[in-house]
Amino acid sequence: MAGLELLSDQGYRVDGRRAGELRKIQARMGVFAQADGSAYIEQGNTKALAVVYGPHEASCVLEIRGSRARALPDRALVNCQYSSATFSTGERKRRPHGDRKSCEMGLQLRQTFEAAILTQLHPRSQIDIYVQVLQADGGTYAACVNAATLAVLDAGIPMRDFVCACSAGFVDGTALADLSHVEEAAGGPQLALALLPASGQIALLEMDARLHEDHLEQVLEAAARAARDVHTLLDRVVRQHVKEASILLGD
Amino acid sequence: MKETPLSNCERRFLLRAIEEKKITFGTDYGCCIVELGKTRVLGQVSCELVSPKLNRATEGILFFNLELSQMAAPAFEPGRQSDLLVKLNRLLERCLRNSKCIDTESLCVVAGEKVWQIRVDLHLLNHDGNIIDAASIAAIVALCHFRRPDVSVQGDEVTLYTPEERDPVPLSIHHMPICVSFAFFQQGTYLLVDPNEREERVMDGLLVIAMNKHREICTIQSSGGIMLLKDQVLRCSKIAGVKVMEITELIQKALENDQKVRKEGGKFGFAESIANQRITAFKMEKAPIDTSDVEEKAEEIISEAEPPSEVDYLYSFLNIFLKDAPIVLSDSEEEEMIILEPDKNPKKIRTQTISATQEKAPSKKSVKKRRKKRATN
Repeated sequence: MAGLELLSDQGYRVDGRRAGELRKIQARMGVFAQADGSAYIEQGNTKALAVVYGPHEASCVLEIRGSRARALPDRALVNCQYSSATFSTGERKRRPHGDRKSCEMGLQLRQTFEAAILTQLHPRSQIDIYVQVLQADGGTYAACVNAATLAVLDAGIPMRDFVCACSAGFVDGTALADLSHVEEAAGGPQLALALLPASGQIALLEMDARLHEDHLEQVLEAAARAARDVHTLLDRVVRQHVKEASILLGD
Repeated sequence: MKETPLSNCERRFLLRAIEEKKITFGTDYGCCIVELGKTRVLGQVSCELVSPKLNRATEGILFFNLELSQMAAPAFEPGRQSDLLVKLNRLLERCLRNSKCIDTESLCVVAGEKVWQIRVDLHLLNHDGNIIDAASIAAIVALCHFRRPDVSVQGDEVTLYTPEERDPVPLSIHHMPICVSFAFFQQGTYLLVDPNEREERVMDGLLVIAMNKHREICTIQSSGGIMLLKDQVLRCSKIAGVKVMEITELIQKALENDQKVRKEGGKFGFAESIANQRITAFKMEKAPIDTSDVEEKAEEIISEAEPPSEVDYLYSFLNIFLKDAPIVLSDSEEEEMIILEPDKNPKKIRTQTISATQEKAPSKKSVKKRRKKRATN
């Protein structure tokens, strides 16, 4: 896109943010009554819903494009499915799930949460995480992970720590945090990072497009900082939710 | 800030981690086999004129496909490997397509109507770990090697020349992204470059970094649920840089060699490249051994050697030379017997009994203590 400045001279991005600023995050837990845990998150214009069922008995339900998973004797099985609505992108998508990209997202979510959830506490059982993207405006992986974290917490499943994710990019020598769709489509490097904030351990790291090795540290640092900011916000949401729930219970 | 230097141990380790890399080309352009240790991947590029995608009217189409068949490993049954397949395919796509290594605009023939669709098919022939590295090398080598037919446009007419009319044209490739895999063990304490199949089975997780020789990172992907620290990632990227340089040189050399051979009219293709005389091939020439004077030599040694503790020992010793039979051990289970190696003897004795001063040496040198086991005759 020639002529569209991703970063102006004064340091403002296309939507008026500064380089390290996140978009406005609003989140709500306990959205559905039927599921064990659910959450809804809005990161700017990206909207994601996550629903958690579990831990329940491991059934031999055939996942879409997956293999029959048997119950593991020493830990729980984490099953993730990602689906993005047909109206979520600018052009109407044909297949909401089952295509390669959705499968890959599902696998990545599974990998992230298998590392974070204390699966040893629930042997021979299964935890299902379903994520649905309602509007995709950049940073879909990050929004999914954040929503799923809240949903897992809502379900009361023990985790090592919050899993907070954020995307980052690199334009004109500056690292940008939390990319929007416009910035992603411009074709520059994009990094998606899922972090456990307390220990600083990286649960998932994914990067696309060319980035010189020397700039890697800068971009990683920006993404890590943004993920920690997300953590502060999510922490506040969880505490608020617990406070509301305890008020209703009359404590 | 100065960059942390690579230690000599690390450097040597890296270089040895790449045991045997070989790239061979087929007779057609765009066909190659890459061997990384024992893992073998076949890559084939083909092209076709199609109408372009609606939202990208001036760009050609790139299509990658990796197949895992049961030929590679019996575990790859047709229905069962979808997780791995999706992961590998997506990684390859992201590494090669999103990094824009091929100039897709140059693949356009008539904007909005006709563009080239380049299809890269990769087949795994033998699975000994680290499919991603081998597949990425195969894909990029096949693309560099490929020649597409020449096309000319005059007004509304598009003429497609056959290879006989005009020489086929190579694709325009900006850079060569190559994947390097790192396997993590024991929560990140140990790190192995280019894991083989056994190592992959026990690893905690895998980190794949795709770089090109200009030290630009094209893709990073961590998988397997390992917890990484930032400096581990940075260290891996440095190691990847070193490895990618070497592999790029190897690719250039292989391409140049092939080009030279084709120009000089020599023989090329897979049949020529598969060597017959390798040490790892199962065929070996018969080595004739002369055992005519073994008896005298044996007698000499025995008479000069120290008297053994058991009489059985002598009997079995003579048995070896006279009957050329496997070792007959005595029946007592516990004691340790001193046995000479039967296959090594003829040549060794001949050379060593010549020098008078070394009489005692052969009996001691080629002696090997061995625990007794039941003989199988």
